Amino acid sequence: MWNYLKEIITGSWSLCVGMWIVLRHAFRRPVTVQYPYQSVKLPARYRGHIQLKFDPATGNPKCIVCMACQRACPSNCIALDGVKPEGATRKVPTQYSLNFTTCSLCGLCVESCNFDALEFSKEYNLTSQHKKDYQMMDLLTYGREAKK
Amino acid sequence: MMAIPKDLIMELVRIVLYVVGFLAFIAVNAAYLSLLERKVPSWFQLRYGPKEVGPWGLLQPVADGIKLCAKQLLVQKGADVALFKLAPAMVVIPAIMSAVTLPFSETIVARNIDLGLLLIFSLSSIHVIGTMLGGWASCNKYSGIAAARVVAQNIAYEIPLLLVMVSLVMVTHTFNLHEIVNGQAGGFWHWNAFRLTASPLMPAAFIIYFICMLAEANRAPFDMLEAESELVAGAFTEYSGMGFGLFFIAEYANIVVGCSLGTILFLGGWHCPFGLLPGLHWFLIKMYFLCFMVIWVRWSFPRTQFYGLLNLSWKILIPFALAHLVLTSIMLKLL
Amino acid sequence: MSIEAQTIHRETFVLNLGPQHPATHGVLRIKLTMNGEYVEDADPVIGYGHRMQEKMGENRTYAKFLPNTARMDYVAALFNTHGYVCAVERLAGITVPDRAEYIRVITAELNRIASHLLWVGAFLIDLGGFTPLLYTFDDREQILDLLESITGARLTFCYYRFGGVCNDIDEQFISGTRAFIARLHSRMPMYHALITQNIIFRKRCEGIGPIPAETCRKYGGSGPVLRGSGVSYDVRKNEPYSIYPRLDFNIPVYQECDCTARYKVRMDEMVESMRIIEQSLDQLPAGPVMAEKVPKLLKPPKGDCYFNVESARGVFGVRLVSDGTDKAYRLKLRSPCFSNLSLFRDCSRGMLMADALALLGSLDLVIPDIDR
Repeated sequence: MWNYLKEIITGSWSLCVGMWIVLRHAFRRPVTVQYPYQSVKLPARYRGHIQLKFDPATGNPKCIVCMACQRACPSNCIALDGVKPEGATRKVPTQYSLNFTTCSLCGLCVESCNFDALEFSKEYNLTSQHKKDYQMMDLLTYGREAKK
Repeated sequence: MMAIPKDLIMELVRIVLYVVGFLAFIAVNAAYLSLLERKVPSWFQLRYGPKEVGPWGLLQPVADGIKLCAKQLLVQKGADVALFKLAPAMVVIPAIMSAVTLPFSETIVARNIDLGLLLIFSLSSIHVIGTMLGGWASCNKYSGIAAARVVAQNIAYEIPLLLVMVSLVMVTHTFNLHEIVNGQAGGFWHWNAFRLTASPLMPAAFIIYFICMLAEANRAPFDMLEAESELVAGAFTEYSGMGFGLFFIAEYANIVVGCSLGTILFLGGWHCPFGLLPGLHWFLIKMYFLCFMVIWVRWSFPRTQFYGLLNLSWKILIPFALAHLVLTSIMLKLL
Repeated sequence: MSIEAQTIHRETFVLNLGPQHPATHGVLRIKLTMNGEYVEDADPVIGYGHRMQEKMGENRTYAKFLPNTARMDYVAALFNTHGYVCAVERLAGITVPDRAEYIRVITAELNRIASHLLWVGAFLIDLGGFTPLLYTFDDREQILDLLESITGARLTFCYYRFGGVCNDIDEQFISGTRAFIARLHSRMPMYHALITQNIIFRKRCEGIGPIPAETCRKYGGSGPVLRGSGVSYDVRKNEPYSIYPRLDFNIPVYQECDCTARYKVRMDEMVESMRIIEQSLDQLPAGPVMAEKVPKLLKPPKGDCYFNVESARGVFGVRLVSDGTDKAYRLKLRSPCFSNLSLFRDCSRGMLMADALALLGSLDLVIPDIDR
């Protein structure tokens, strides 16, 4: 009999404590970010899709078409091609396309680049009505437009 | 042509006004309670609730209503069509009908019936049948299980409710809701919830009433009916569109009626806590406070286990209600 | 949701806890043979999320398999990566510098806390209480922000590499971690008052879903499931790896075998993880975070090795057989959730359905980890 009453009293008290804790939270400010009216501050190392780095002096991509990124990619997302212009020591890329629909943002390509030609972008607001916009992302023009 | 007596016309006008008024009151309350149901937990959970549709989300119930009306009403193959369509009606109608005897203030009452309390309880038993029919007629195993649970739960929780009512009626000497409220005039120490001269367990009686009201309305922590994580939507799994909408409205209408009844019976109706300015506004404040408590309780706890739910009723609430009944009668005899 | 009705002579019916269900935490199908409300038999059907991870391990070079490791148990992704990376390092004979080991332990223990916080919220939702999920997610958000600041990702961290980690941690991470630990310490009493002492939660979990230690042994149960049944087995103490021998921490073990015991094990494990992180931050040495002379295309010598780590869900094991080329000959992943799920059939006999669901929730299953 005593156990029965004790359980009722401790049980009801635990319920009241629970309700009080929940009510206390009602007086705190919400922690959610009202996307898209507010945006989240992204850290420096945030992994968006990759983009080419451009040499500030010449405005050309730093990539020398060594194909290390293409070899490193686990999902075969990168397709690049390049030519060696007349009188130049290094190749210049003529095509650099990323298949973002299969990219897993692992970062192996960025790490494999010995020439500091790739970096992560901070893009997360990506929408399009056509799949090919992200299936064959042309990073040569993308980088140039972003810089403008 | 016989001259129609003026009283009859006035009476007809009055009836129409009250019917429309109460329908509107219950419907708007049900709709905006559904918005509050989403806003209040957002305060507890450190987020914003609905805020896109209309300022502060005030047009959200309108959007929900339009969405529900736009859905296709499917009837499951093998379901009993007549019962399937009857069930939502059977659940909504008693809830709205119970409003006929509720006195909102000194003058605002649809029909001051002498047996008002008894009428409300008889009406509140009908919605159980409606839910059971809905669950059975859906031809869905999940719904059948949920319907069986609902019947057991509602029967179990009607008993302490009625016992508490019996002891209350012994104190107030009347079933008439208007009289019950008038018996609580003055300050809050005259309210039935604090009337310790009638029985020292009176506040406990109020809590028992509140718990039973939660269980009758199938609200968490007693929402076996719609135990989402187990049975998806329980007895309402097969209802889409406005059929589901009607069950929804019925649930909130039950809450509104239950809270109004709690205010009338235990918290002094339209009387001010300090005996100053009685009126409709006090009734509404107390009723909405009880609604807030209902929503608060829902979002604080997990769901009880089914046998725990029945244990609570049979092993805890009924003994306490019986003890309260005995104490009240002893005190009445002595004092 | 499809329902099959079979009438056997005992009048049982088969209820499909289908692939789409709020309680199964993923695409898991369980065919429950029910006698009224009691569960007579529970037959799990898995494979809805099978992606052939083990075959992919044979078709890709060792480095290219790294993103896959994070996608199996995505809630506690770093443990899977840790197991795989350590197995390859053992095979190839690479020594990891101390600073990298400490960073690995710190990030892995943070991931363990995040995984347990998610489990607490999800378990409470299974039982019907929606509010604690939001509170645990608030804490988990801070961990994910910390890990995002060093790895760049919030869920599928591809952070460890063969020989170390790919980025170093900075002062902001260290101070942020210390601040987070202080904050979580102050929040634990709130969780205990809201959940652990709540009478409804106790009634739902005390005595429910007993898993005897012998059943765990039979099916290979591990992790909090095993420690909640009274067996004190933790890979970090019994088969120590990395720098765990240098750290001082306890293994919480409870004898009751019910859902409450598993809940308490996980809550205590969070506190122990915080101790581990604090000690690691205090002992963190300076130095390189990557071993020297790790070839870009790794070709480990012929061999066969097995490596165990203590994941948030149990023992995660990687068996690697190498034939000297740059691709593995065989990669076998021992998933803790698979073994823990196989307990369910034996243990749920004769239970009420809601109790069986509480048991399923307390096993802490992540279905992609089962299906791989």
